[in-house]
Amino acid sequence: MIPRHLAIAVAVMLAVALGMSFFVWRMRGRSSAGEFAMSNTAPVAPPVTGPTEQVPLYVADDDLGALRATAAFIPLTSARQQRGEELLRALLSVYSARSSHHALGSGSEIRAFYLVDPGLAVIDLNSAFADGHRSGVLVEDLTVASLARTLSANLPGITQVQFLVDGKPRDTLAGHADLSVPYDIAAVNQLAEQLQAGQ
Amino acid sequence: MPLSSATRWRLQIFLLFALVLFMSGAPEDRRLSIYSNAADYSLTVQPRQGVDYIGLLEVLEPLETVTAKTNGHHWKLRCNSVEGEFTEGKTQAKVAGTNIDLPASFVLENGRGLVPLSSLTTLLPRFLGGPVTFHEASRRLFIGNAAVHFTAQIARTNPPTLIVNFTAPVNPTITTEPGRLDMKFTREGLVGPATPTITFDSKAIPAATFQEDNGGAQLTVAGTVPLMASFSNDNRTITIAPPQAAASAGLGHAASVPTSPAVSSPVTPPPTAPSSGTPSSSPGPAETHHFFAVIDAAHGGSESGAALGGQLLEKDITLAVARSLRQELASRQLTALLVRDGDQTLSTEQRADTVNAFRPAIYLCIHASTQGTGVRVFTSVVPHGLSDQGPFVEWQSAQAQFLPASQKVAARLGAALQALQVPVHSLPAPLRPLNSIRTAAVAIEVAPPDPATTLSSATYQDSVARMVAIVLAGMRDELEAGR
Repeated sequence: MIPRHLAIAVAVMLAVALGMSFFVWRMRGRSSAGEFAMSNTAPVAPPVTGPTEQVPLYVADDDLGALRATAAFIPLTSARQQRGEELLRALLSVYSARSSHHALGSGSEIRAFYLVDPGLAVIDLNSAFADGHRSGVLVEDLTVASLARTLSANLPGITQVQFLVDGKPRDTLAGHADLSVPYDIAAVNQLAEQLQAGQ
Repeated sequence: MPLSSATRWRLQIFLLFALVLFMSGAPEDRRLSIYSNAADYSLTVQPRQGVDYIGLLEVLEPLETVTAKTNGHHWKLRCNSVEGEFTEGKTQAKVAGTNIDLPASFVLENGRGLVPLSSLTTLLPRFLGGPVTFHEASRRLFIGNAAVHFTAQIARTNPPTLIVNFTAPVNPTITTEPGRLDMKFTREGLVGPATPTITFDSKAIPAATFQEDNGGAQLTVAGTVPLMASFSNDNRTITIAPPQAAASAGLGHAASVPTSPAVSSPVTPPPTAPSSGTPSSSPGPAETHHFFAVIDAAHGGSESGAALGGQLLEKDITLAVARSLRQELASRQLTALLVRDGDQTLSTEQRADTVNAFRPAIYLCIHASTQGTGVRVFTSVVPHGLSDQGPFVEWQSAQAQFLPASQKVAARLGAALQALQVPVHSLPAPLRPLNSIRTAAVAIEVAPPDPATTLSSATYQDSVARMVAIVLAGMRDELEAGR
């Protein structure tokens, strides 16, 4: 026969052990959520003041091998340069979504966007964008066309788009798409049309 | 006793003769040539008791910050943060705290530390922190990836032409003798193919032989006709041909003279042409029309292209498909030239130069990808607003005139592949060197046909190559007319 005080002590210890297990399990869950938040290096758009506008974004779809024109509602300023920057960031946020059909490398970001007279737009990508980009003719073609076409559709007057990586010229995006020379908007629009027709 | 004038004259002639004999009999300096990304240089080898020695400080000085200190019989060398300790007459040294056995004893002469030549392969990686390759018989030392490779290919022109492509600009001394043309490479870290003699299926230029000796390399081209070398492509390409062929081809810059009669004439190549210059629109020789297609296996050498899973690299798949396509075309009596038929690094400018020099009816650039399925056919995105300057064609838009023909080929390829149930896309792409090609030009990106089949499947590669060859054979007359 087990003494009563011993049975009570064992029961209390079991209850404490169960309680501790539950506490540790909860803490572990919180910790992994924190780790995810730390590793998520997706760019965070700065707050923008201005009315929300409906704009077309040209989003790449690897499955279809095509560009899709999608409407987005984003707050935009009237200043052309800031507007271009916001459009590109909005486009990147589409690609960083889990449901994206054209994933970019982790930490891909637009470092800067400039408008240079007459009509030259300069998109400065960060090195994570280029280094983490998948290599292939079609997949690089889609990225370049998506960025350039989104700009040309929303910022009239642009005649050329030049890509830089970390502020410097680069031969190719990831071994294929030529970044060494500026893109003519007329050629980009033609390219985008054919990529849209590929749907 | 005063000498007569005749005796003095005889004595002078004798002394001159003795001097000439002495000079001609003087042993040649034994040299060690060192090639690295930092500097290329050569040093004199010091023979001691039958063993070749070299000054270790002199070897390292052009490469890193080096200091040496003598203390009695001990010699200390510091290269960046790595310290080495050597003792005169001893065969054991210590580098970065590790004992190293030398093949012969260390020699200390007037504060100068000499190590056996063959110990460099052990010592240098420890001091420099990277691999070295030592061709001991020829005394040529390569640090890191400083070696220059080459490919040699006969163009079946009439008369035939040998095209030698190098992975870096070269500046050899060229001499000719009856039956041969020698190219001596003293400043370039040229390395040869697996077999020293390359044979060609040509009576005029039957073979080329590579050999290394005393810190240099030599490529000897055998010829049954007088040969002449010309440089092009920023001194990365040497074209060897009989004089009349080289002159009519207008390839690059002439750099040698005909061989007949027997002469030995060192020639210095002319200044290099700008690699990004505009291609000349002047017509090439009739002989260069021979190739129906030029096939370009994209990437190669240090440029691997996309990683296609596991050990599979894009450069290997593109070469396999290109070779298969050449075979398929040959079986349809269509001649094709591969821009690269091995693992060489070639710039897009080099590729465009080669294609434009041969003026084929069609240029096909092969790529490979694991993204998606099927085959993608790309044509160039030609920038607008660029115009040719007189006889010079704008490099970035040289394709413009041929774009309709390229689009026609892409459309026909797309339709043919689609008819065979192969998923296919025909698109424009900003892909070099399509813009700079002066003929119908398409790029083909091969992806797996379905998730279950890999790109390494030879059956799939052959089937894609066969389909492309069938389409091109069907367009033969049209494409021939368009060039």
